Amino acid sequence: MTATRTEAAPIAPTRLTDADLDLLLLIRHFELALLDMFGRGELHGTTHTCLGQEYVPVALRPLLDDGDFVFSNHRGHGHYLARFDDPHGLLAEVMGREGAVCHGVGGSQHILRDRYLSTGVQGESVPVAAGVALHLKRTEPGRLALVYLGDGTWGEGAVYEALNMAALWGLPLVLVVENNGIAQSTPTTAQLAGSIGGRARAFGVDHLRITSTDTEVVRAALTPALGRVRERSTPHVVELLTHRVGPHSKGDDSRRPEEIAHARAHDWYVRYAQAYPEQFEAHDKRQRAYVAQVVADVAGRPASRWTEENRG
Amino acid sequence: MAERVVENLNQALHALLTDDPALTVLGEDLVDPYGGAFKVTRGLSERWPERVLSTPLSEGGIVGVAGGLALAGQSAIVEIMFSDFVALAFDQILNFASKSTAMYGRRVPMRLVVRCPSGGNRGYGPTHSQSPLKHFIGIPGLSVHEVSPFHDNRTVLAGMLATGRPGLLFEDKVLYTTRMYADGVVDELFRYDLIGPDADVARVRVDEEEQADCVLVVPGGLAARAVSVARELLLRDDIVCQVLVPSRLWPLDVDTLLPPIARAGRVVVAEESTAGGTWGAELAQAVHRRLWGSLRAPVRLVHSADSVIPTAAHLERTVLVQDTDIHQAVKEVVRGD
Repeated sequence: MTATRTEAAPIAPTRLTDADLDLLLLIRHFELALLDMFGRGELHGTTHTCLGQEYVPVALRPLLDDGDFVFSNHRGHGHYLARFDDPHGLLAEVMGREGAVCHGVGGSQHILRDRYLSTGVQGESVPVAAGVALHLKRTEPGRLALVYLGDGTWGEGAVYEALNMAALWGLPLVLVVENNGIAQSTPTTAQLAGSIGGRARAFGVDHLRITSTDTEVVRAALTPALGRVRERSTPHVVELLTHRVGPHSKGDDSRRPEEIAHARAHDWYVRYAQAYPEQFEAHDKRQRAYVAQVVADVAGRPASRWTEENRG
Repeated sequence: MAERVVENLNQALHALLTDDPALTVLGEDLVDPYGGAFKVTRGLSERWPERVLSTPLSEGGIVGVAGGLALAGQSAIVEIMFSDFVALAFDQILNFASKSTAMYGRRVPMRLVVRCPSGGNRGYGPTHSQSPLKHFIGIPGLSVHEVSPFHDNRTVLAGMLATGRPGLLFEDKVLYTTRMYADGVVDELFRYDLIGPDADVARVRVDEEEQADCVLVVPGGLAARAVSVARELLLRDDIVCQVLVPSRLWPLDVDTLLPPIARAGRVVVAEESTAGGTWGAELAQAVHRRLWGSLRAPVRLVHSADSVIPTAAHLERTVLVQDTDIHQAVKEVVRGD
């Protein structure tokens, strides 16, 4: 049974702490600002925004500590912002400006900072994370390696090679699957046979499916799962049915209007605004203004420099 | 008598695991009592069961795991059972391990070596006989080495790991059972020394002979064959040929190779790779650019044919580079015929 897009309309969202709401909104406005800049021709290259999926890294934020490794992918701005309070460094990286996390070499989808890494090849990070998990198991028990991946990534053999080794060797590896029902332009139903849960079970790996887009509900479901990974040193696949509200990249959304409407109907942003208008409006306004300030600040900076000693 | 190449490699791994508690060795069928398809890892898992791992058949996955260990500040050596299968790990080598040294805007050390038993002449057929080193030439951040009977593998492997650049170490399978050269002596006619800033290039020459008619540059897998050709050339054709065997094939250490090439004015580069996009072509380009005005003949390339490598011995010989091919090439370059 594949993940369907027809789940019941979600119930009213839980009221969030100001901190959680601020982080969700920071990510939302950061992504909107990027699309806006692309639209105006102010950004070079490409980007993949996580509009609609912001709650996944926000839910995970308090469940991870600095000793855990996080592996992100092409759609990683939210993952980064939930790990580091650093929209300036990330935007500078995307724009190639001074203060960029990786001096503008990596750009949107290749970032390394402390124990956070993203790369642009689908599935490639999963065996790498398994290697890191092997190291953590030996030298820092209780810590874990977490990989964000999409539903489309399950077409890559690297995922299964890594799952096999992680299960055989008892590695503290968490695969967080942001299943947004679409791989670039191809519906999941047209590119994934069986199910992600079935694939995890084939390796004897625990699988948890979360349909809620409510940060608190998602966090409550994730807490025991990550706890088990730390305690038992076993891998875990966590699949979140989520909704990509924006395009794959920029202006390349070929979905039918009703499909986009369906994704929007599940957007936590709109639903939260309706449920808690007073809290929402003040914070939304503040984060929107903050991101505008970040954009103005970073856009005014000189170009980043890649010095000889940093060239590998 | 000096040890065999396979014993030298095995002792190198024992020594490295002793010296470096952060080193993990992993690959398919490595653990004892099997000890690897070519027995290079024999005895390692008995001493270090936690750090010598037999893995599933997952070349890409294994190199990925090794990349993860390297990323976490550890060292890793992977054995690919046959170098043909390193194709399955190409993404991890090209897009992860090599790029990670620089793509994050700063130097990230990746202490990772992928060992690749390579080459033909054993009748293993088209997918177990290749010398795929040419596919790994010119990858930013990646070093390519080849085992030779002149270079101690403990020094080579420790040096590769110390650079913080991931590297591939090709190991000609025919070499495993041959003996290392030792103490600067090849035979009663030829001596060798190690030259260059890192003593990386083995120079084989007739005792006390400074002037050569031709320089023959080969990767380690062809070293013994090149020496045998040089001997024949000296005895039969009265041609003095100096053989240079770099341990590191990429990046090219042109500065060490050029002075002897310039003195001879003639050079043949031989390798077992099939034709097209070869290491020798890169070397030739570098030599031509630097020595165009002083060469007495264009750089001559010798390699295997543009063909799959057949299984039957009589057919395999028609494809793989032969001693006679190298011999003929040197004669032609020296005599102009």
